[in-house]
Amino acid sequence: MDILRIATAGSVDDGKSTLIGRLLYETKSITKDKIEALESASKRKGIDFLDLSLLTDGLIAEREQGITIDVAHIYFSTPNRKYIIADTPGHFEYTRNMVTGASNTSVSIILIDARNGVVEQTKRHFYISSMLRIKNIIVAVNKMDLVTYSQEKFEAIKNELLEIAKQVSFKGQTLQFIPISSLYGENLVRKSNETPWYEGATLLDTLENFGTQNLELSTIQARFPVQHVVRPKTEEYHDYRGYAGKIASGTFLIGNLVEALPSGQISKIKTIEKFGIQLESGNAKDSVVITLEDNIDLSRGNMLIKVGEKPESRKEVNAKICWLDNQMLTVGKTYLLQHGINRVKAKITNISSVIDIKNMSLSNEAPVNGGLTLNEIGWISLKTASPIFADKYEENPANGSFILIDESSNSTVGVGFVE
Amino acid sequence: MSTFSEKTTVYQANDSSFPRELEDEAIYILREVASQFEKPAILFSGGKDSITVVRLAQKAFYPGKIPFTLLHVDTGHNFPETIEYRDWLVNKLGLELHIRYVADSIKQGKVKEETGKYASRNALQTVTLLDAIEEFKFDACIGGARRDEEKARAKERIFSVRDDFGQWNSKKQRPELFDMLNGKIELGENVRVFPISNWTELDVWNYIKEEELRIPTIYFTHEREVFERDGMIWADSEFINKSEDEVPYKIQVRFRTVGDMTCTAAVASTADNLDDVIEEILSAQISERGARIDDKRSEAAMEKRKQAGYF
Repeated sequence: MDILRIATAGSVDDGKSTLIGRLLYETKSITKDKIEALESASKRKGIDFLDLSLLTDGLIAEREQGITIDVAHIYFSTPNRKYIIADTPGHFEYTRNMVTGASNTSVSIILIDARNGVVEQTKRHFYISSMLRIKNIIVAVNKMDLVTYSQEKFEAIKNELLEIAKQVSFKGQTLQFIPISSLYGENLVRKSNETPWYEGATLLDTLENFGTQNLELSTIQARFPVQHVVRPKTEEYHDYRGYAGKIASGTFLIGNLVEALPSGQISKIKTIEKFGIQLESGNAKDSVVITLEDNIDLSRGNMLIKVGEKPESRKEVNAKICWLDNQMLTVGKTYLLQHGINRVKAKITNISSVIDIKNMSLSNEAPVNGGLTLNEIGWISLKTASPIFADKYEENPANGSFILIDESSNSTVGVGFVE
Repeated sequence: MSTFSEKTTVYQANDSSFPRELEDEAIYILREVASQFEKPAILFSGGKDSITVVRLAQKAFYPGKIPFTLLHVDTGHNFPETIEYRDWLVNKLGLELHIRYVADSIKQGKVKEETGKYASRNALQTVTLLDAIEEFKFDACIGGARRDEEKARAKERIFSVRDDFGQWNSKKQRPELFDMLNGKIELGENVRVFPISNWTELDVWNYIKEEELRIPTIYFTHEREVFERDGMIWADSEFINKSEDEVPYKIQVRFRTVGDMTCTAAVASTADNLDDVIEEILSAQISERGARIDDKRSEAAMEKRKQAGYF
């Protein structure tokens, strides 16, 4: 059984909660006691739809203010696969939470209220989904019941978004438009009779047919960051030395010629193991232990790659960055850069431009206030104390991102995408 | 390559109802704990979730040993079956186990025993836990909590940083991007780690089945003295203050979740094997924590306990 990870974003009133609630309900992933509690709580609040936020707004602060602040994780499954929804707030003020929730997902559901059409928030969701290279975008045009299931209305929204896609979308990204009514369950799990003009699949069928991120990651160049060296030093495993880690991308086979980074030493894969079980190969996201034919210099934070597929050794890095902290990012400041599991010191050398995520316009000037503030996205350059072996994010998302840690607070303050 | 093929067994990941990716993710997290912290411990209760975590730790470092010690905060009101299981597992895997008792915290005057009908030591555990963390200088405590259990838990990070007082501050949570985990802390702070955050109750049961793990017998049907309170079935024991009209009787029950005897309700069941247990959960109309008396105290019961240092 595989897992499909989905990002959703938006506010309560666009019907997102009802949509998720229905998916849970119709896949029998929510129990009766929870549905009943939801129904009565929704009624008490005087609303006529299922207010799922009552179920997912788990923090006192969220319930007090009636807003979603932090990412909620929602789980459901079909006989075919398990789904994890990272449900994030849609407001500009919580852009960082949206970026956080959407990292790791391969599908993004952008919800549009058919009455209102494309709004500022729609563009922002689309932009962030594309920035994270989320491959599958579903544009769910909701509340079709309130526009009498008008094909004209649907097509108009579709065309407007296709126009925006010309600037925002990337090659290989798929864009699917589905007319739905969450309230009545039209085209969610059941094909609607109200939209005879719509020939596409329902929302759930569309999800069921997507390939997973792992499958895709397995087809690109192989990267194996070493997390931990296993040396049992017991009688039975006297000379055993295994390299434990999760394969970031690609596929490794027994017998592959591999290079250790940064040492540059070459060896051959002897075994690929999982709890003593010998595998023939390991794919992206498999947590395995790899043993080599030779004793070479390889420890935590180092990387194993296949000979001839070496990523660039970078001491100077250009990246797009989303700032997550209240303390501004400024030129000259030093942070700890964590690339996968490897940490190095890094100094910001330049901020070249900032994107106005609120109005979706790019300024090619340096930022007015001298740095990047919370929720801002910009292009920066930095230099590292020792080289990192990163790929461009667009070529290998699993080896092309990093976080910045502020050493005075230990907080994670930024996320970067290598360019 | 041919030299290896004879000892190769085919690994059929797609043939199961358990998503193996969850295991890979949890193993990755546990390996990060071993590398990022000096003195990590597994909080072990003897329940199915912490049993799963121990199994994952075993797999993560094989053929090496599990690099964590176990800590059990014993309320003194545990099911004897769970304690028996705990000791069996520790012995079997050759692990180091520390036990600290809520009764000692009460004796030291640090906490006060609750009184009345709903008296429980569940909330008192926090003090004992925090003392133990300080005593052993644990900088990371690994727990089996899952996000699908409860809505405050659904908001907590995989690496959840706690301050000197063990408190969880939901507003100061570190963003967790992709799979990059930041466990950097100051001396005195500690991190609670939840490697099975993304598992559901069903995932845990399917895993236990596929891995053929032994679990405490109370998870299967057995005859027990029970009484009814607030529409739930309570196991009768000397630790519970019953009123006169709460008359115990014998029926076939099992436990779906196991806290101690004062905070866990039973379900009427005849399931005596894992297939039946899984079938029962699939068709259940009540959620797992619906059987947790400790959560019924208020809507924010869990968040408030976490703020106070609970796991």
